[in-house]
Amino acid sequence: MRRPALAGRIAFGAGLAGGGMSLASCIGVLAGGSTVVLTLPSGVRLFAWGVRLDPLSALFGLALGVLAVAVSIYSWGYTRDSEIQSRVGLLGFFYNLLLLSLTLVFTASNVFFFLLVWEVMSLSAYCLVSFEHEKQETRKAGTLFLIMSHGGTGALLIAFLLLSTAAGSMNFADFHLLMERLPADQTNIILLLFLLGFGVKAGVIPLHLWLPAAHPVAPSNISALMSGIVIKAGIYGLARVLFDFSGAPALWVGMLVLGAGVVCGLMGVLYALMEHDLKRLLAYHSIENIGIILIGFGAALMFRSLGRANLAALALIAGLYHTLNHAIFKSLLFLGAGSVLKGAGTRNMEELGGLIRRMPATALYFLTGATAISGLPPLNGFISEWLTYQALLAGFGTTQSLTRLMFPLAGAMLALTAALAAACFVKAFGITFLALPRSEAAATAKEGNWFMKTGMALPALVCLGLGIGAGWFVRVFDPITEQALGVKVSVQLAAGSGLALSAGAGRGGMVSPSGLAAMLVILCALPAVLLALLRRGAPCRVGPSWDCGLPGLTAENEYTATAFSKPLRMIFATLYRPRREIQAEYEVSPYYPKAIRFESEIEQSFEKRLYGPLKERVLAAAGRVRAVQAGSIHAYLAYIFVALILLLLFGARA
Amino acid sequence: MREATAVLIHLFLLLVVSPLVTGFMRWAKARLQTRQGPGILQPYWDLFKLFQKGMVIPETASWLFRATPYVVFATAVAAGLMVPMVSTFVPLSMAGGILAVVYLLGFGRFFLALGGLDTGSSFGGLGSSREMTISALAEPALMLAAFTVAIGANSTNLSEVARAAVGETWRFLAPSQVLASAAMFVVLLAETGRIPVDNPATHLELTMIHEAMLLEYSGPYLALIEWGAWVKQLLLMTLLINSFFPYGMQTGWSWAGTATGLALVLLKLTALSCCIVLVETTNAKMRLFRVPELLAASFTLGALALASTFLF
Repeated sequence: MRRPALAGRIAFGAGLAGGGMSLASCIGVLAGGSTVVLTLPSGVRLFAWGVRLDPLSALFGLALGVLAVAVSIYSWGYTRDSEIQSRVGLLGFFYNLLLLSLTLVFTASNVFFFLLVWEVMSLSAYCLVSFEHEKQETRKAGTLFLIMSHGGTGALLIAFLLLSTAAGSMNFADFHLLMERLPADQTNIILLLFLLGFGVKAGVIPLHLWLPAAHPVAPSNISALMSGIVIKAGIYGLARVLFDFSGAPALWVGMLVLGAGVVCGLMGVLYALMEHDLKRLLAYHSIENIGIILIGFGAALMFRSLGRANLAALALIAGLYHTLNHAIFKSLLFLGAGSVLKGAGTRNMEELGGLIRRMPATALYFLTGATAISGLPPLNGFISEWLTYQALLAGFGTTQSLTRLMFPLAGAMLALTAALAAACFVKAFGITFLALPRSEAAATAKEGNWFMKTGMALPALVCLGLGIGAGWFVRVFDPITEQALGVKVSVQLAAGSGLALSAGAGRGGMVSPSGLAAMLVILCALPAVLLALLRRGAPCRVGPSWDCGLPGLTAENEYTATAFSKPLRMIFATLYRPRREIQAEYEVSPYYPKAIRFESEIEQSFEKRLYGPLKERVLAAAGRVRAVQAGSIHAYLAYIFVALILLLLFGARA
Repeated sequence: MREATAVLIHLFLLLVVSPLVTGFMRWAKARLQTRQGPGILQPYWDLFKLFQKGMVIPETASWLFRATPYVVFATAVAAGLMVPMVSTFVPLSMAGGILAVVYLLGFGRFFLALGGLDTGSSFGGLGSSREMTISALAEPALMLAAFTVAIGANSTNLSEVARAAVGETWRFLAPSQVLASAAMFVVLLAETGRIPVDNPATHLELTMIHEAMLLEYSGPYLALIEWGAWVKQLLLMTLLINSFFPYGMQTGWSWAGTATGLALVLLKLTALSCCIVLVETTNAKMRLFRVPELLAASFTLGALALASTFLF
């Protein structure tokens, strides 16, 4: 006998409780600055159930905790009265498994334990992505995710083994600053393998292919977790390796990360602009934001190589702040997209519109997320972008060589990325929520239930809090920067007793998010009050929009998402290689077409030019290797014998 | 005393003088084109008239359409309060520097574009799409120009930038400053919707960018948005003037200094207006898809400005 309601209550209640506990313990660690270590021996050599909650882990745990609480509440409402409801027990199992494995990934202190929970995380994420496996799109995306994710894990495995051989230990604690003592070429190989392995999980271009495929097809509450926190496991890994295991790396490592961040941010947002599937659009924005995070990390690495610990701390804080912010607003946006999908039954923006009337609460929360991700003050996205700009600007003075031009140019590209993101979210919000509904489903859309609204309200409030309270919040990063770089900078960062942020001591730039918020409220209220007082009784009527004299505007006259992004499609045609097809049927003269069919698509360059040839090579190689598998037992016995001899020779030599 | 005067002067320039600058530009343009043109004070009469008129709100519009005029106005004025005008002292310097100014203007634009989409007419969508595209492409050039000044002053805080600029009066002749100011001038044309990027006086919907988003606004809402646009224009102009040509800006505080500072700012605004009008009169409006080339040129100027800091 199945009892989905009870299953849902237990599953998401557990998630909620777990999230709350994670939140409490992480806040404890971040406030106290102490590290919690817990190790259970396993009886197996080199392996231990080691858990260590240090400040860096606690920051990611904090993001996870907030998301777990919000998403659990939301999921409760989201799975009700939907097709997933009958299988909610299974969903809840993998959901909790994913949360648990994420918690352990952020806290594992032993190589084997880390790789074990890393795999559990990937597999439970795979099961959740393929949850609606009846659809072929979902199955394909799930497989792609599984393959790429394991490729990445392979790179990680090699890197960790090289590292632990050098350290003679499997404990993360022994890896601290280890890479400083290794020969340069060994360090380089290990670092590149880590960048590759964690880069796949984080969705760094060109390793991003799985991300826009897998995130949209998962149930929306899961998408929120995937884009919010699962890809942050890659960022956590990078932070752990780059700022804990590695000492000051060679300058090129920082330049590589910074360059990857710039490319990733720009390409991510450019591809997002061309999407009119709401969830795919959000998935591409995850790639963009990973890029912004990497810009912060890259700058921090470069400053570290140049011996500027304080600046490195500023850049690291910018990157980590953005990690936290992105976790919050991206999950908020995915939850909003989930409400739209549940309420109107489609993710295709071209069939939506006018939802702000049918779903006012969802619209408001989505708008909050959209303004936050576009970096508009005084919300949290602005703060982390501001910190990134400040770090990049200060970087100009750190060296006399030509490298210093990288910083302001990266800043300019960040400005372009942020402005394009704003354009993209004008499109995403405007087409989905404003004006007239473009389909019957959108016209009859239903607002989500109370649980879903609460689940969205929470991250929306956190967005506002992390923006306005930035001056107070930066203190949280002190233990992290002290652990990683040996400096505390929050005293210089927080100015005006927390009301403002200041970039470094003395004359650097300043910004006061709370001041800006207050100013905006006053300046909005002033004309509003004046107008209300002075114009009491003045006529204000509701009428039709200007329709050029045609009989009335319909949804067909509205701008579409495709039309909205048309100028950018033409300007960046070299990148997109757009293709379009127009077929028109005429009645009497070519000036009066009866019906027009328009089709437009852009080339998926990475799929076609990078992964296509790669796939063919791999298949061809596999075909050649197949000759080995002759099906004859004698041949197999011979293989075993040869392998044994080789191993013995190898062992004798050692 | 000093703070109060500074705020008052800022508000005076932003709210009272900004329509006058627009009026002057329209008048000068008309004279250059040997037209009679409206009087310099026409923008005031327009505002006065619009505030008294009734309004028509489109049926399709939501609360966003009604909130947009206030947001556009508030963000422009708030950004204006962070730009030095008469003296290097900026009333709300602590609230933010050049980055906050740029992002606040972005905030206003975000809502304006949403307001355009909210009307449900093709023109609104067309305007928002073009506005967001062009402003996105203008952003990196603006940032590079801003970075060049910020790096010179070692701060993104605009009062520090102005103080550094005042310290070296002839610095604007340095190649980096010339290039950066040229880059910012192009951005100014794009951001304020001037020829060759957009035509502020156009009456054909299909060629509109900024105006297309406002088509459905009427009465006081239209007045607020127009006023906000004028404030934005004034603040971008003073930003250009005071970052590169701060001659005569006072650093201390005295009544006489304030008066001369004010007079000089008005003079410089007139001169810059004349430059803009000359560009507008001698150029034709560009095709929309030629604009990216102009902005790319501006970006290159900004990059060259940065690169030339190596040499000079």
